[in-house]
Amino acid sequence: MSFAARYDYPLFRRFMFLSLAAVVLWCARAHADPRDVNVNAPIKGQETALLTYAPDVPPPIARTYSTKVVIHLEVKEVEGRLADGVSYTFWTFGGKVPGKFIRVREGDLVEFHLDNHPDNKMPHNIDLHAVIGQGGGAASSLTAPGHSSVFSFKALVPGLYVYHCATAPVAMHVGNGMYGLIYVQPRKALPKVTHEYYVMQGDFYTKGANGQQGLQPFSMEKALAEKPEYVVFNGSVGALTGANALPAKVGDTIRLFVGNGGPNLTSSFHVIGEIFDTVWPEGNTSTPAHDVQTTMIPAGGAAIVEFKINVPGTFLIVDHSLARAFNRGALAQLKATGPENKLVYSGKISDEVYLPEGTGIRVTEQPSGLPAPAASKAERVKLGEIVFKTNCMACHQENGQGIPGAFPPLAMSDYLNGDKTRAIRTVLGGRQGVLTVNGAKYDGVMPAWTLTDEDIANVLSYIYGNWGNSGFEVTPTEVKAARSEAANAK
Amino acid sequence: MASSCLAGLAVAASGAETVRVPAGTYVPFYARESVKTARGQEDLHRPISVASFALDRRPVTNREYQLFLRAHPEWRKSAVKPIFADAHYLAHWRSDLDFGDDADAERPVTNVSWFAAEAYCRAQGKELPTTDQWEYALADNGRDRDALRQRILTWYGESGAHELPAAKSGVANGFGVQGLAGHVWEWTLDFNSLMSGPDLRGSGQQFCGGASLGASDPNDYASFMRYSMRASLKASYTTKLLGFRCARNEP
Repeated sequence: MSFAARYDYPLFRRFMFLSLAAVVLWCARAHADPRDVNVNAPIKGQETALLTYAPDVPPPIARTYSTKVVIHLEVKEVEGRLADGVSYTFWTFGGKVPGKFIRVREGDLVEFHLDNHPDNKMPHNIDLHAVIGQGGGAASSLTAPGHSSVFSFKALVPGLYVYHCATAPVAMHVGNGMYGLIYVQPRKALPKVTHEYYVMQGDFYTKGANGQQGLQPFSMEKALAEKPEYVVFNGSVGALTGANALPAKVGDTIRLFVGNGGPNLTSSFHVIGEIFDTVWPEGNTSTPAHDVQTTMIPAGGAAIVEFKINVPGTFLIVDHSLARAFNRGALAQLKATGPENKLVYSGKISDEVYLPEGTGIRVTEQPSGLPAPAASKAERVKLGEIVFKTNCMACHQENGQGIPGAFPPLAMSDYLNGDKTRAIRTVLGGRQGVLTVNGAKYDGVMPAWTLTDEDIANVLSYIYGNWGNSGFEVTPTEVKAARSEAANAK
Repeated sequence: MASSCLAGLAVAASGAETVRVPAGTYVPFYARESVKTARGQEDLHRPISVASFALDRRPVTNREYQLFLRAHPEWRKSAVKPIFADAHYLAHWRSDLDFGDDADAERPVTNVSWFAAEAYCRAQGKELPTTDQWEYALADNGRDRDALRQRILTWYGESGAHELPAAKSGVANGFGVQGLAGHVWEWTLDFNSLMSGPDLRGSGQQFCGGASLGASDPNDYASFMRYSMRASLKASYTTKLLGFRCARNEP
């Protein structure tokens, strides 16, 4: 090793070290760990938190300093509605599912009182995901009925967090509804919006199948198998639909604080007909994502989603694992009123028959074999019944009553009885467009039918001969005449 | 006639009627001490033996407790020391000796602290059953285990605001013991000997998923709840749905 090398190397190292140290120091000054800042944030004064039931959210905190926030949350075991005719004994934070919404500010000192109502059967505790410390509070809050536990924590990290009961067996406590949200508002609050709403999903495991009436006990087997009978928003089927839909107006900005209590399922959270302008994934408030269709919300997780209402309508809020939305209750509504914007969304412009090449004519199922021509009107009506049941009944229904709004009635139909030739032409050539039958408007499509003259005569005679209709007989000759007339017209 | 009258008197004099629970074994829900298998793993399914003992057939009723208070005024509401019973002590009683109506008389006494329950049992020449004795009596040698669990879970799902059923209305299990499940929680002598011992304190084992560590059957939600309930208590606590019965060890 040469002298120069021995001399130069430490010098180079010293230089490197100094410049590195400078960078580190600069970084530390510019990015002091916000958690340390929040640990040390001085506390000024004291206030009692205003808690709200879903779908309401406490108003934004305008305060610019940290304070001591006192929270009283009462655990109550209450019988309530899970679905129409189905009740359930919910275990709740505050009397309803989900539990009351808690809003504090980053840096606040939170003094938490967990009160277990004397009428309750169970001991309970609380684990707030906003807490850094053993059990998230659960280690300090196991509380017997008729007692109250107190602990405190510093809100170190801003974001939207789930809280839940963590008493064993935890899946049962959570499965009975023991969850809610706590929002630790960042020092620099999120932008103002028109409405903030609180929506929380949960899965329920009842002994009876979905829809079975009466007070339903908890099913341990279904909970262990993670096969819920109900998946709902805000504690019951229909908690946010119809008259309970979330209200909004065109032009409003909407912020949903969404949580998923679980205990077992992950939510594919989606609002049908909207695109989230901003999603704060998993409830963090430092890294937003933009222009999102569906966001995953884990069990025991949350997300903040924001969107602007551009057009009026009823927007369905779903877990896009769709059997849950369609069959188990995971469906809510946001109803927006206001002026249409046809440029953004036209609404239905038209509905026309779609006739791909070569499929314009409905090829019918033929009753087996070719029956002998009918010898009498009675026989014609009888044979027509088979044709009707094979081809027409699916739409016009067994007794020709049709389906209101979709398929016009044949029974006592003024349209039908008013013009026999028109009826023949309709079966032969199909029909589309607006049609008034017995005073009701229909706007549908009936295809042309590839039935024989005999079959068309029979089926029309059957229709005319039943359900209080005129009793006309339609003969194959009449059908044949109508058919050639139509051919000539082309 | 005369003999049955005398038998009745004998029962009244010694407190409630007892049932002899024969000796046997059961697998505790939480092992009392760490036991390792031959391969060095935690043995969670090791049965422990329980000697035969006498156990009250039914939970102690309000009327029986009233008799105790007549003889032991220091346990009346107005006299009890706060360190022995919290503010809910006998909250459902109208006054020191007035528990309410005839229906109340037959209901299990609740809102009693561990101290009060143990004093009652000692006055009868008995003690509270140990957790092992109580759990062994409930386990009933595994008879109708699933039905029993469901009965307990269903009870959890019923509102605690309803009136309690009469103590004697409980279904008798294989040992002839009534109402261990589906009536009230019951004190045990060593209710606080699990989950709060120095080895478990701070282990995270008392909440959330941690509670399933060390349980002999994590699928047994009904048992979790009993152990959680016991863990939430201190000896001076009283709750609306917590009663007791007494036991006597055989010499």
